[in-house]
Amino acid sequence: MSAPPSKSSSFNWRSKAFRGVLYQVVVLALLVLAAAYLLHNTLDNMRVRGIKSGFDFITQPAGFAIGESVVPFDSAESYGKAFLVGLSNTFRVAILGILFATVLGTLVGVGRLSRNFLVRTLSGAYVDLVRNVPLLLQLFIWYFVLTEKLPPIEEALHPLPGLFFSKNGLQFPHPVWADGHLFTVAGFVVGLIGVWWWSRMSRVRFERTGKPTPFVLPAIGIVVLATLVGWLLGGAPAGLDSPEKTEINVVGGGAVTPEFLTVLIGLTVYTAAYIAEVVRAGIQSVPFGQHEASVSLGLGRGQELRLVQLPQALRVIIPPMTNQYLNLTKNSSLAVAVGYPDLVSISNTSLNQTGRAIECIALVMACYLTLSLLTSAGMNWYNRRSAIKER
Amino acid sequence: MFKHTIAAALALAFVGSVHAGKTLDAIKQRGQLVCGVNPSLPGFSAADSQGNWAGLDVDICKAIAATVLSDAGKVKWVPLNASQRFAALQSGEVDILSRNTTWTLTRDASLGLHFTGTTYYDGQGFMVTKKSKITSAKQLKGATVCVQSGTTTEKNLTDYSKAAGLNMKPVVFETQEATNKAYFAGRCQAYTTDASGLASVRNKEAGNPDDHVILPELISKEPLGPSVRRGDDEFFAIAKWVVFALIEAEEYGITQANVDQLKADSKDPVVQRILGTSEDTGKLLGLDKDWAYRAIKATGNYGEIFERNVGPKSALKLPRGANNLWSKGGFMYAPPVR
Repeated sequence: MSAPPSKSSSFNWRSKAFRGVLYQVVVLALLVLAAAYLLHNTLDNMRVRGIKSGFDFITQPAGFAIGESVVPFDSAESYGKAFLVGLSNTFRVAILGILFATVLGTLVGVGRLSRNFLVRTLSGAYVDLVRNVPLLLQLFIWYFVLTEKLPPIEEALHPLPGLFFSKNGLQFPHPVWADGHLFTVAGFVVGLIGVWWWSRMSRVRFERTGKPTPFVLPAIGIVVLATLVGWLLGGAPAGLDSPEKTEINVVGGGAVTPEFLTVLIGLTVYTAAYIAEVVRAGIQSVPFGQHEASVSLGLGRGQELRLVQLPQALRVIIPPMTNQYLNLTKNSSLAVAVGYPDLVSISNTSLNQTGRAIECIALVMACYLTLSLLTSAGMNWYNRRSAIKER
Repeated sequence: MFKHTIAAALALAFVGSVHAGKTLDAIKQRGQLVCGVNPSLPGFSAADSQGNWAGLDVDICKAIAATVLSDAGKVKWVPLNASQRFAALQSGEVDILSRNTTWTLTRDASLGLHFTGTTYYDGQGFMVTKKSKITSAKQLKGATVCVQSGTTTEKNLTDYSKAAGLNMKPVVFETQEATNKAYFAGRCQAYTTDASGLASVRNKEAGNPDDHVILPELISKEPLGPSVRRGDDEFFAIAKWVVFALIEAEEYGITQANVDQLKADSKDPVVQRILGTSEDTGKLLGLDKDWAYRAIKATGNYGEIFERNVGPKSALKLPRGANNLWSKGGFMYAPPVR
């Protein structure tokens, strides 16, 4: 019965292995044929209808301006560059959104398990409310708040010197780049190395003596101090580009538009509600015995959370968290509804200027696919790192 | 968002090879002309609370329906936003696009469509609040400007801003509704689109239309007109000549009111030819000899359409200006129906 199949039987119709391979080859061939048929048909029909196609427009000058961008963009630059600018705007809002949503979501998730009635109820209400209202509506609400309820730019709110908040967004002072700032950056890097050194020292000390060393506050202190020293060494360049109020405008300084703020706040608030649930579930997955063990060791509530529960919860949390990060990145495409020039918005404009619909949509799909695959690759790496290692 | 584009792509992928010359047959067979229009641009196209569409662009479709189907009411209206419109025409979702669309080389030569002529000569302008005390576009230095995506407007704005060194910042919205809302919420210092569009938006959306000023500068040429799919010369010719006939009717004094009487007793050979009482021009278009009579009877001549929808006595109060007949100092000049 279980005799190994002889070599000749691998080309035998009765061989299961041979049939398995054959089926796969047939299915693959059909798939390729169908794709080829659709592609050929599309190209043929476009030719018959006189619709031009091809990616040659990428190098043509775009001819339209982009309202805000991380890298400067001129309308004489190419469509390809415009796509990159759109991508960088998507990146900007996605990365900041992931950062803030993680912090907010973790706080709310822990809050849902709090022993404090008010904290627990409020966290629960937040999650229930935000998860059950469509994101697009939430974006409209935030945009309404930021554009309708804030004063016009001529009467901008001026809560702190150099800070202006109006329908035009948030305008703030930012340091003017001077060569001395190289030292500031160097100081910051030295500070980070210092933190790494401190964490090693405290671990060594803990393992030797069993006494914990404070970490968070000294770490912040080290970075701030090193950066400050670097800044002073660089001659303390104090050039500051502050926004100034003119008759009808506020000019200069750094600025974020209400469109950017809307998308950032909307994505953060929405995704944080999901992350909160992921965090809560993760913590609850840690067996109750771990809690009893922590209590019997005399750990406080905060120590228990930080040292016992979160590290174990993390293993459960990471895969669903990856999903949330991917969702946030993809949801950022709704930005187009409130006028934020993200990848989709730029592609829409390009599509309309060039008429190359299929090409533009293919580009957008490729961009999101790459972005999502990169995010999940990173998270998978982190997941493997923090998984239980069998030694 | 991408709905129509995806639909167009799928249509292109799945249908067999397309054949030319079928549009007229298809319209007759289904007993309806499918016309792509702007969802909300009162004066050009907008539906009232009963779902009756009215406007200059709407009347062009009604005239064509009257010509082809002998009934101006047999039109199915498909509201399309700026970025959907060409895909809807390419995929065959609509027979004709009559949606304040600017005729440009890129569109004419690469989108698989033909513009059939100009029904409204326009130019792009700016609207600002009266409160801002801005009186010229040159004062809009560094201003944020609300624009709708999918239009020629974005490029014109950039060109003008660059040439005049104004460094204006566009805020681009997907739909006209979103653009309107943002401007009237005060997000942008200026709103830019075709001057006729500005008049329409101001009249419909502003709490008090007098609070908003349309600046005198026109920064571009915007010849607006209908377009049809490429590859169907027969229907292209019909769409083209219906508009020409409406313009020529105005030139020769044929109106909705007197068309029946002129058809009965006019001795003017040109009028007789247009109304089909002497020569049969319709046969050459694949229609009957009353084709132009039915169009004029349904909507009136071009001048009447203009006055009724956008003219000085309408809500939009737009001057006839460039859209007057060539014989009265405007650009409206139709090749002879002969």
